[in-house]
Amino acid sequence: MTGQSQPAKWEMFFWPALVAAIGLVIWNFAVHVTKSTVFPAPSAVMKGMQELGAKGILLRDILDSLRRVAIGYGLAVLIGVPAGLALGWYPVAANVVNPVIQMVRPISPLAWIPLAIVWYGVGDASATFLIFVGAFFPIIVASMNGARNVPSILRRAGKNFGLADAGILSKVVFPAALPSIITGLRISLGIAWLVVVAAEMVAVDSGLGYLIIDSRNSGKRYDLVVAAMVLIGLIGLVLDLGFRRLEKLKSVRWGFSE
Amino acid sequence: MTGSVAIAKVKIEHVGVTFDRDGKSTHVLNDITLEVAEGEFLCVLGPSGCGKSTLLNTVAGFLSPSVGQITIGGEVVTGPDPRRIFVFQERGVFPWLTVEGNIAFGLFRLSREERGRRIAYYTKLVGLEGFEKAYPQELSGGMKQRLEVARALAVKPDMLLLDEPFGALDSITRLTMRRELLRIWESEKKTIIFVTHDIEEAVQLADRVVVMSARPARIQQIVNIDIAHPRDISSPRYLELRDSIFEQIGIAHKI
Amino acid sequence: MDWNRQVGKRQLGPIAFIAILLIAWQIGVSRQAVHVLPTPIQVVRGLAELLSRGLLVKYIVASLFRVSWGYALAAALAIPLGLAVGWNRRAGLAINPIVQVVRPISPLAWIPISILWFGVGDVSSIFLIFLATFFPLFFTSMNAVRNVPAVNVNAGRNFGLSTAGLVSKVLFPAVMPQLIIGMRIALGIAWLVVVAAEMIAVNSGLGFLIVDARNAGNRYDLVVAGMVMIGVIGLLLDIGMRSLENIRSVRWGYSED
Repeated sequence: MTGQSQPAKWEMFFWPALVAAIGLVIWNFAVHVTKSTVFPAPSAVMKGMQELGAKGILLRDILDSLRRVAIGYGLAVLIGVPAGLALGWYPVAANVVNPVIQMVRPISPLAWIPLAIVWYGVGDASATFLIFVGAFFPIIVASMNGARNVPSILRRAGKNFGLADAGILSKVVFPAALPSIITGLRISLGIAWLVVVAAEMVAVDSGLGYLIIDSRNSGKRYDLVVAAMVLIGLIGLVLDLGFRRLEKLKSVRWGFSE
Repeated sequence: MTGSVAIAKVKIEHVGVTFDRDGKSTHVLNDITLEVAEGEFLCVLGPSGCGKSTLLNTVAGFLSPSVGQITIGGEVVTGPDPRRIFVFQERGVFPWLTVEGNIAFGLFRLSREERGRRIAYYTKLVGLEGFEKAYPQELSGGMKQRLEVARALAVKPDMLLLDEPFGALDSITRLTMRRELLRIWESEKKTIIFVTHDIEEAVQLADRVVVMSARPARIQQIVNIDIAHPRDISSPRYLELRDSIFEQIGIAHKI
Repeated sequence: MDWNRQVGKRQLGPIAFIAILLIAWQIGVSRQAVHVLPTPIQVVRGLAELLSRGLLVKYIVASLFRVSWGYALAAALAIPLGLAVGWNRRAGLAINPIVQVVRPISPLAWIPISILWFGVGDVSSIFLIFLATFFPLFFTSMNAVRNVPAVNVNAGRNFGLSTAGLVSKVLFPAVMPQLIIGMRIALGIAWLVVVAAEMIAVNSGLGFLIVDARNAGNRYDLVVAGMVMIGVIGLLLDIGMRSLENIRSVRWGYSED
């Protein structure tokens, strides 16, 4: 865009590596200079991760967090996508329901925590419920908008070729809305991952979020805290990258401009 | 000068269309009466926004006329039907399906072999051989347009309704596409109603040209193009007919 | 006059729907043997109570204060940085991967570190909001710059603009539509995070209200009242940002469809 020279392939690895290395050096330096006994140096974090891995806690916590996300998010998808498509299909229904959705959506999922605890107690169900609440709204809104924004030309073509309503929904509206839906799914997954960490800090006793709180509370093990943070970041990144791969599939790529 | 035709396939009788929006009424079409013969190539010509697309949409059944009615083959038009397929500009192609997928779209009631046969035949007919597995985003504008025509023809409709189909193409591609369309028309012998704002295009393609006025549109003139195909666009008769339309519309033809 | 009636008709559906939901809620709760959840009426009374005690306004202001500071700091840093990084390809290459790794770390995972560095209090929550909004703003700015059509940049050069001129007269207006959308989304995230941050790290604000109301006496009517306020203010913030998108000088960036 700016008419600069195209960077060479080696540069794609060199520059980030350089910046990362510099970052690590500064981090290490800062910890030593301030003689902080609490905040860990990069090496301490690595050791912390090894320790968690050795104790087998790490894997269990990761799986716990992933499991809750899978269930809460999965439910949000199963309910949200069809509901959103239906709302997008019947503009009258959308006009009625949309205001309620817009009013409930800005309520942070975490504000639901007390209610979740009342309804489900402290434990898995609570966390899963919070994840569901967080993921549901972006999904239903994205599906609804995706369905609404299907160009009427495509819908008319569907009718022209003799499809009944059900056929148009499944063969025209759904594929046309898919790029929007996938974007909504990706954003939702990010939110779900954010919420699970918070939910685990407050409402359950396992998982990566709990690990963070626990490591700090029982012994100020900030090396473990940061180790867990790094892991949270990496897993979140992998989930996000996975989705972006999906967006590259040919049958949806048309919907994403460069 | 209305031409009455021997076998009228499409009868448009006193059709008027009015749109109501936020309390304001817009008259788009005013008392259109027209007949289209079986196998005829009819052009509807007029400036942009005059309502010719609305007329085509009404014939297709996507809109209901506020006044009057349209009958095709004796049946009153009440909605869209695969027997009269509408061809949009290339954006009517389904972006999530391959060339094959698009052409097969209307063929869901057929057996697998018949579907395969038709896909092969029409891919070849429009010149998209070799691109069966390509997606629309990989095709040029002209190719996407041809894909839409192939998709329309594959269901073997009685009529094709084309709404400024070549409008988004460059002028060289447009000339090629016009020849292709005529070739297909001559081999398939369908009734075609073709909407355009391009005078040259109308005179090059049509058997008759219906010239429409600006909104609210009514039929200003119907011109019989009595030149056999292939038409020489430098021939005196061609120029004579073209100029008469220029005059009818009121355009100077010296730039 | 006719127009008014039409508008009225369109509001009828949603209002009726909300009314039905509220009635169902009211009935659902009164039917229960043990009254833990509040009825809509109790929630309204709870709101009135908070208002009269002066707490409602105080907490709303506290939450908004934190959001404003965290958001403003993030914007002041992230937007110029994002624009610069988007402009320079190599800078993008260098910084992007690292930011991509740090970004998915839930801002809430930073809470212990934040408390370690800043203790419990305003600064902590502002820091968390800063973190949460920095990345979305950074990425939006970066992508917005990348999407500026080369033709516009070249036209600017053609007319003899210096770099400063290019930035202010071509770049900035061109990225505005996308930037505003990104800012709206980031504001939503800020609002989400402030509630969480307040639940854990401070002693005032709407998030704190929710936790406190429950801990100090199971006042679920106040809990839900707090939730309602959070929803309302979040919605108002969103609507406010959307109205920015209607300003003529940016409206071109949003396709009509």
